[in-house]
Amino acid sequence: MRLRLNGITKQFPGVLANDHVSIEVDRGEILALLGENGAGKTTLMNILSGLYRPDEGEIVVDEKPHAFRDPAEAIASGIGMVHQHFMLVPIFDVTDSVTLGSEVTRGPIGALDRPAARARIVELSETYGLDVDPDAMIEDLPVGVRQRVEILKALYRHSDILVLDEPSAVLTPQETEELFVIIRGLAKAGTAIIFISHKLNEVIEIADRITVLRLGRVVGTVTPAETSQSALAEMMVGRQVQLTVDRKDVTRGEVVLAVKGLQVRDDRGEIAVKHVELEVHAGEIVGVAGVQGNGQTEFVEALTGLRAVDAGTITISGTEIHQDPRYIADLGVAHIPEDRLRDGLIRGFTVAENYVLDAYHREPYSSGIRLHRDAVAAAATQAVSDFDIRTPSIMTDVGSLSGGNQQKVIVAREFGRDVKLVVGSQPTRGLDVGSIEYIHRRIVEQRDAGVAILIVSTELDEVLALADRIAVMYDGEIVGILPAAEATRERVGLLMGGVR
Amino acid sequence: MRRLPIGPATILWTIVAIAFAVQFALEGAYIALGVEILVGLVVLVLSTRPQGRTFLGRLKLPVLAIISAFIVGGVVLIFSDLEFYAAFPGDPLGTLAASLGRVGSAYGALIVGALGDPGKIVAALGSGNANKIGIAFRPISETLLATTPLILAGLAVAVAFRSGIFNIGAEGQLKIGAVFAVWVGIWVPLPGPLHILAALAAGVIGGAAWGFIPGILKAKTGAHEVITTIMLNAIAQQIMLTLLLSPILQPEGGTTPISRTVMDSAQLPVLLDLPKIRVHFGLIIALLAAVWTSWLMFRTTKGFEFRAAGLNPRAAGYAGMRAGRTIVLAMIVSGGLAGLAGASEVLGTTHYLSPTISPGYGWDAIALALLGGTRPSGVVIAALLFGALRAGGPSMALATGVPIDLLAFISALVIMFVAAPRLVREIYRVRLSATAPSTPQVVETPL
Repeated sequence: MRLRLNGITKQFPGVLANDHVSIEVDRGEILALLGENGAGKTTLMNILSGLYRPDEGEIVVDEKPHAFRDPAEAIASGIGMVHQHFMLVPIFDVTDSVTLGSEVTRGPIGALDRPAARARIVELSETYGLDVDPDAMIEDLPVGVRQRVEILKALYRHSDILVLDEPSAVLTPQETEELFVIIRGLAKAGTAIIFISHKLNEVIEIADRITVLRLGRVVGTVTPAETSQSALAEMMVGRQVQLTVDRKDVTRGEVVLAVKGLQVRDDRGEIAVKHVELEVHAGEIVGVAGVQGNGQTEFVEALTGLRAVDAGTITISGTEIHQDPRYIADLGVAHIPEDRLRDGLIRGFTVAENYVLDAYHREPYSSGIRLHRDAVAAAATQAVSDFDIRTPSIMTDVGSLSGGNQQKVIVAREFGRDVKLVVGSQPTRGLDVGSIEYIHRRIVEQRDAGVAILIVSTELDEVLALADRIAVMYDGEIVGILPAAEATRERVGLLMGGVR
Repeated sequence: MRRLPIGPATILWTIVAIAFAVQFALEGAYIALGVEILVGLVVLVLSTRPQGRTFLGRLKLPVLAIISAFIVGGVVLIFSDLEFYAAFPGDPLGTLAASLGRVGSAYGALIVGALGDPGKIVAALGSGNANKIGIAFRPISETLLATTPLILAGLAVAVAFRSGIFNIGAEGQLKIGAVFAVWVGIWVPLPGPLHILAALAAGVIGGAAWGFIPGILKAKTGAHEVITTIMLNAIAQQIMLTLLLSPILQPEGGTTPISRTVMDSAQLPVLLDLPKIRVHFGLIIALLAAVWTSWLMFRTTKGFEFRAAGLNPRAAGYAGMRAGRTIVLAMIVSGGLAGLAGASEVLGTTHYLSPTISPGYGWDAIALALLGGTRPSGVVIAALLFGALRAGGPSMALATGVPIDLLAFISALVIMFVAAPRLVREIYRVRLSATAPSTPQVVETPL
């Protein structure tokens, strides 16, 4: 066996992150590690890469036990990590990025031998079908290619145990297919691969064996042939999971959000949103689909008062809005921002503080200048139980919660008050099955209660699953609006590519 | 391989500490010995506590940083002595012992200079002679006197830090506060306590105004506060000098840049009416200001906004807080606290204004705000340490001939060690008890 982890246990204060976890992977094998956020996948990989030491258990490489004191020792044992967030220098070219840290040198003063390094990179990319221009600048490369550079980096360091952490999270469906071809090629050449994911269809497609983790423990190991998506989901979440969203028929009410001739500029002053006309009625979900970077971000920022309106109007229940987030929130607009830790939460603040982030100045949380901590604590405690937020306490730093629970804090805050309109931007980005299911259910509940909902998402599946009407955004324009019944994947896909 | 529970540095320090203890005992320097044992006990207690959110856990890194700074300071003192190199080849052990003795007596003198001699204190209290008591308590009084402006200026910097603003301008805000306060103290005749209050208020207003300028510049134009506050320090200095040489502050016929003395009614009373005791009511004001700052930051909606803006201005904006307003307000509060430091100095310590009103309190404030973890209680403790260094330094220099610059060096080292927590953690093998294994930052929010 190329690599075995035997009974790995890692305890953090209050959390048993790994509880006697054992996995193994051999040469030429693709092992998928499946689990929800917080199941202990990342901790396990940090132990494998030498960042953490296990409290118990051993790492066995080629039947010899190892204890990695730092990442360098893990790399020396042939372990290569491709992280979810790439570790590349934007202004370096591919050759420099790949060699960084293990440069080829020659001569007594250690001059860089770039030609030798470049030749080796070209050879590697040809051997494994990793199509990369060694002289291209990282910043000019699309995300999918950057990922190939990360894989090259690992191969360049003679890694033959390759760990890919959520590699498809940043890729389009086409790029994911290309990645899978590469992974299969690597396995055929004898590399042992650990593929970490929470996407069920992917692990079934790529893996030879699937090990499922839940709450720090191994639930079981199965082969794709003997399992199914719903069986895997059940293993992962610990109960039956509904993979589609249940939606009642609701008659839609009056117009809540009306956007007329909207034009918005981006940070560089370019027109990012062009003459957008859109209405969202009470009791309906409108989904805005589109490839990332087609003006969705600027559109949402204008709707929520974070960006100036260049031309046109936005009215909410007949009131025209201007650039003032607090005023808009007070009109009854809930906002789920696209990046929870950047826009929605304050790391370093407790769960309770984040829960009142946009209401701390109102009764009952404050009177005059004073902040009533008891009232904040009481409301947060209620929200934690209402929204099933898994946290050691309401005094816990929100940054130490899992992504799903962080998103629940935001949803609890935004849905916890009287809401007329929900603007959700990538509301389930990076979340696991259980959390996605939960957030979707909450959103549909709001719709059924007569709230107008606008969901902007680059995940076509999400838009198709939730929306009553689908608007497609391309190059700053709404290029088409389809009722759900007519919105096939193909039609929407064509519109997303700008074909009307 | 398991790592040793204690680092090599800890073993080395222990040996050095024992050497010092022997040295002190032989010399009969029992205060120094006592302080050393006390420090040793504190370290021992702290070493059993992981670094984290508890009171002792929070104390851990700063204390270790301070001790490391003194140790490195001692080593530098030994190796900067030319006689050491001359005598070392002949008698290595003897020279080393003598050098350690020199360091020991320097630190001993520093401690006595900052805290007083317990023998003398007991004797003076026994004699009942007010003069003797005053002299015996003078070192502590001087330490607290220097601590007073440091607390206020440190709070000023800490409030700004917490709000995400790097206020380098406490020095200038302090001076403008002093100018305002001294003007009211000289020219506005008011009865007793009212006059003091008016003069203090003037100091706060002056400092707040001087904090408002970089605040509004940052909010409206994005001008970086580090640049603007440094420039405003220079401007404040020039304004102060100009006014000191003008009839507005200068006594009739005066030629030196020293102001008139403030009226008696505007002077802050000393805490103890004894000869040689100078520590005054400003200390109480500073402590009250610390309590007030703590209340402001953690019990009010404004403090909530300050801290939110400091941790994640973007999310604060998404939540509907107004970034510009928060910046301006935080700078007003910060400047006001620094201005109060200036007012306390002119009304309590000097009773007049001169160009040497601040021997760098505003700069020390940046260091001690960091050392105190930008929390008001931490600032008070850190200010006591810096106050003791300022008060004990001259005694040390006088008694042992060790240059007073050593203390500036040690202060700088303290900051270096505080600013490099990972270094200290590595040297002393400190365990982290953070809730999140991936966040090295200690989160400090009581709510």
